[in-house]
Amino acid sequence: MSAPVLLLSDVTREHRQGDTVVHALRGIDLAVHAGELVAVMGPSGSGKSTLLHIAGGLDTPTSGRVLVEDRDLATLSATQVAAVRRRSVGYVFQDLNLLPSLSAVENVALPLELDGVRGGMARRAARAALDEVGVGALAGRFPDDMSGGQQQRVAIARALVGPRRLLLADEPTGALDSQTGEEVLRVLRARCEAGAAGVLVTHEARHAAWADRVVFLRDGVVVDQSGPALAAESLLPAGGAG
Amino acid sequence: MDTAYAYSVSMSIRHGLLALLERGPRHGYQLRAEFDAATGETWPLNVGQVYSTLDRLERDGLVLQDGDPDADGRIAYRITDVGQAELRGWFGTPVSAKAAPRDELAIKLALAVTTPGVDVLRVVQLQRTATMSGLQELTRLKSRATDAEADLAWSLVLDSLLFRAEAEIRWLDHCEARVARAAARRPQNSVAAPATDQASRR
Ligand SMILES: Nc1ncnc2c1ncn2[C@@H]1O[C@H](COP(=O)(O)OP(=O)(O)O)[C@@H](O)[C@H]1O
Ligand SMILES: [Mg+2]
Repeated sequence: MSAPVLLLSDVTREHRQGDTVVHALRGIDLAVHAGELVAVMGPSGSGKSTLLHIAGGLDTPTSGRVLVEDRDLATLSATQVAAVRRRSVGYVFQDLNLLPSLSAVENVALPLELDGVRGGMARRAARAALDEVGVGALAGRFPDDMSGGQQQRVAIARALVGPRRLLLADEPTGALDSQTGEEVLRVLRARCEAGAAGVLVTHEARHAAWADRVVFLRDGVVVDQSGPALAAESLLPAGGAG
Repeated sequence: MDTAYAYSVSMSIRHGLLALLERGPRHGYQLRAEFDAATGETWPLNVGQVYSTLDRLERDGLVLQDGDPDADGRIAYRITDVGQAELRGWFGTPVSAKAAPRDELAIKLALAVTTPGVDVLRVVQLQRTATMSGLQELTRLKSRATDAEADLAWSLVLDSLLFRAEAEIRWLDHCEARVARAAARRPQNSVAAPATDQASRR
């Protein structure tokens, strides 16, 4: 099997506040390969967001290693980490942080333009990403003139735009009704099937169920994983099959 | 297997066949094929089950043989007035939660909580992982279903299993939170690991 797109190896993260230490993550090992969507579930405070921030180079571990596309983030300069974040990683966060003064297509094109992609090309890519999540018709609208669900889809388009190979989503369906939430998961799933690696944090079992693997976090520790699933027949009461 | 549950399964097959005969006379092979199609083959019947059920339906006056055997020796059945009344009654009666097989899980957790030396949180987690795997598989099957009319029946059966699995996970989360809260109130009673083996041996 090829090297994972994301590799966390014995990662810990401690937060110190005065005399107290919060162990947000304790010895996390996680590999996510191209083509794979992994869901992370756990109660509030179990370390899900911390894990995602560390995976995306937004936070650094207290100990342990983080490799994105084979590059150890600890060995890179701040500028190099920033480049990895822009080119390799797509984020969808709970708070959407779309820029209110930019239209949908401008918001989505922005990360590409910051990375030096020419305006026309960035916009074409942005339109394609908006189409992919079903809001192509809203390309010219501003965030304030869109519903929460529409804004969330634009935020997802921004995470998908360009050739990102690692998608990190923290409760991306939070603001969405169940139908729209499901469509978003279909998009994430399709992107992963097309070769990206995805990590999805969610507390909704029905959303986690779209993943290939579900990792359960408790107090900063992985307590279990549900692997590639059982056959559907095994769910059915034994009496039915006769 | 629980006999009350087995009874409810056989009653569902009975009523399922009556519902199919309501569309017009059919013989056993046809009934089996249509039953499987309607339930998306989540509950496959063998032809012996179909004929023994038809025998019982005939004995109870709910169906009648419809004319002579065909060239292949197959006998068609049709629904009687009594059968139609029975079918209407079935659709008009909610399914009893008593026969739900998942009661076994509630009983298991109730016993886990009251049996010394059992790591209840581990039992909960093992179940959650298993149920999650099931939910993943159902989601995969569902993502293949289309909006076509023919997929609707199948899709509804899947939805029913999906919602049930989801509810079970939510209930397990609830159990976990309550057990953890109770344990926090009496820290001296915290019990350790031997239960893990016990649970996985299920
Ligand atoms: N900046 C911080 N300072 C102190 N503690 C923090 C900080 N960020 C997170 N934590 C603590 O780390 C733990 C994990 O937090 P988090 O990763 O946000 O959990 P989750 O996303 O699963 O709710 C929690 O106990 C939280 O209070
Ligand atoms: Mg969080």
